[in-house]
Amino acid sequence: MTQHTMKSFPMGGIHPQDHKLSADQAITSLPVTETVSVFFSQHIGAPATPLIKPGDQVKTGQLIAESAGFISANIHSPVTGTVVKFEEVMDASGYKKTAAVIKVADDEWEDGIDLTPDLKTDIPADPDLIRQKVQKAGIVGLGGATFPTHVKLGVPSGKAAEVLLVNGVECEPYLTADHRLMLEKGREILVGIRIALAALGLKKAIIGIENNKPDAIKYLQSLLTGEDPISIQALKVRYPQGGERQLVKALTGREIPPPPRGLPIDVGAVVLNVATCKAIYDAVQKNKPLIERVITVTGCSIQKPSNFLARIGVPIQSLIDAAGGLPEQTGKVISGGPMMGKSLASLDCPVTKGTGGIVVFDAEVARRQDMMDCIRCGKCVSVCPLGLEPYLLAALVERNMLDRAEAEKITNCCECACCTYTCPSSRSLLDYIRLGKTAVLKAMRERQQK
Amino acid sequence: MALSPHEYSGQSISKLMYAVVISLLPAMAVGIYVFGWAALSVTVTAVVSCVIFEYVLQAFVLKRRITALDGSAVITGILLAFNVPSNLPFGLIVIGSFVAIVVAKMSFGGLGNNIFNPALVGRVFLLTSFPVQMTTWPKPFAVDGVTAATPLGIMKEGVAAGSPVSDLMQQVPSYLDLFLGKTGGCIGEVSAAALLIGFAFLLWRKVVTWHTPVAMLVGVGMFSGILWMIDPSRFANPVFHLLSGGVMLGALYMATDYVTSPMTPRGMMIFGGAIGILSVLIRSFGAYPEGVSFAILIMNAFVPLIDKFCKPRRFGE
Repeated sequence: MTQHTMKSFPMGGIHPQDHKLSADQAITSLPVTETVSVFFSQHIGAPATPLIKPGDQVKTGQLIAESAGFISANIHSPVTGTVVKFEEVMDASGYKKTAAVIKVADDEWEDGIDLTPDLKTDIPADPDLIRQKVQKAGIVGLGGATFPTHVKLGVPSGKAAEVLLVNGVECEPYLTADHRLMLEKGREILVGIRIALAALGLKKAIIGIENNKPDAIKYLQSLLTGEDPISIQALKVRYPQGGERQLVKALTGREIPPPPRGLPIDVGAVVLNVATCKAIYDAVQKNKPLIERVITVTGCSIQKPSNFLARIGVPIQSLIDAAGGLPEQTGKVISGGPMMGKSLASLDCPVTKGTGGIVVFDAEVARRQDMMDCIRCGKCVSVCPLGLEPYLLAALVERNMLDRAEAEKITNCCECACCTYTCPSSRSLLDYIRLGKTAVLKAMRERQQK
Repeated sequence: MALSPHEYSGQSISKLMYAVVISLLPAMAVGIYVFGWAALSVTVTAVVSCVIFEYVLQAFVLKRRITALDGSAVITGILLAFNVPSNLPFGLIVIGSFVAIVVAKMSFGGLGNNIFNPALVGRVFLLTSFPVQMTTWPKPFAVDGVTAATPLGIMKEGVAAGSPVSDLMQQVPSYLDLFLGKTGGCIGEVSAAALLIGFAFLLWRKVVTWHTPVAMLVGVGMFSGILWMIDPSRFANPVFHLLSGGVMLGALYMATDYVTSPMTPRGMMIFGGAIGILSVLIRSFGAYPEGVSFAILIMNAFVPLIDKFCKPRRFGE
């Protein structure tokens, strides 16, 4: 049942203009480029171990790198062709990582992958089999965190899961990939959720969707029966509603303890993104590995804001070309949403499993205003969804007072950027906090080792 | 490479400051209505002096980025003018502006770094240095030169002379007149109604929050109420306290100054409540008939301490 009372998180948050320019654009397949670059590490954890070498022929969906540890993920070839070379390629964060460069010849899929559009609703009963299939398909969290999904589908000993929470919030401005996916692949997502429930041995799932997507709420609702273990909860339109801690609080009323120890499972919740649930469906029902994903390509000056189903490894340039090309007045191109995404150093950067959106900003908008002194307006404190004092943390880091920054809980920060967004003095609050957070975390690790 | 976020609220210091300036216009209008064009000339003098002092300091003395027109000096000028009588001599207005901007604001490092509310430092400097000029009040709606005591002055003198409060209440304007502004006093403080209208605008534009003013008004109301219940012949009732003198101007515009007030809602409530109690304390037992300015300045000094102890609730803890 849909609960019509909207829920939300208890403190802070902002209301940026949503700019969902591509909300009405159906997902279209993006043509594959001549070569693709596939990273061996597209997830949190150890990079996968390559199973191929330059000169090898690969097929679409073929395993090309194997998970190297408990927290790691398989990598599959997104195309059919020849491995040209291994190369150090810059990723969205600006670091160089090893990628296999594959020259594309064809699109011949591996045997055993079901490419028909038929909906398969019979769910395997064996949780281990589900986890194996999910692991084999190289599925990671598609909301951006890219944590290996098979790990999430197994509850660690000593913990107990009570509810599966499905993140269909998409609270970042501009992005519409999850929205479109819910509208176009709602049935598959629901089967994916049922599979995840079976793997976790749970009887209850709640899909959280921000109330600016009433069509998605209505459509998914229409697919559910009265006694369904899955329910839908409309959430208030408020950034960062889709943040893990905010979502869990909104849907269960429980607060995850702060990091580094706190995880959703500590309050009995497992959180999966809607796109991840669709990938689980593909893996378990269709034997299809994760080699493509939906990506929003948008921006106020982009000719055709679009939602593309793109193969992993294609250059971001090709997505922008397909959306009408890079506007002349472009100032920066963001991978991810405008609040938490990273600006790209190069458009040659390939699409990875974690790429959810490409947002193009005009130079005029991209420029930061001059930083003024803090006028102590308190807006950063009032928008912080974690009850921190960004002005104080930034000032402490600026003065290198890291012990005090630690005592003021700098490591709780989730980097949602509400503080910098709201600051009338245009202070780079989050930049300082990130810097201090990294230093404090390092000091904490060193202390632990002693 | 630029770090997130890539979008901003578009809010700026100037936009916030000029929103405050706009919100002060109703009180300005009532000031002119009650005290004539002198009220406007005092205000213009103070605003121009404040902006010029800030500009000269930034351009020629400190050689820093010039922000004299960011609106904060304009507000300081308006609030200084709102806190003085409309017949204040030109020279004193300029001196008050000098103290507010040069001493109280810029010598601490400019906007954001000052500990005390600049307009109030200017006002209190004038009050203690030029007590006669600062307490000679023009009579509302009267021709030039006619002066009269303010309601708080009548109350202070009367109680000191031994008259019961009930008699004194006959001599002061009605509550409605106090609320609308048909009373003597400083230029901007007379009309609670006009100040509330302006403040509603600030709340609507989310420039300020309600915490400090509500806490201060509750502090004034409750503490004066207690005194009044103890001895109604010596202490005025809470409604009179709330509507007279600088309580409204102080609560809505002076205590809410970003720079010199606490950062968290809980801190703001403690700050506001304490100002309310101190104001009534000074009014009832101090040498001056009015205590709002002193109360705010005293509490300004406690802001760092309040911020240190009033932390927001940390999520998940």
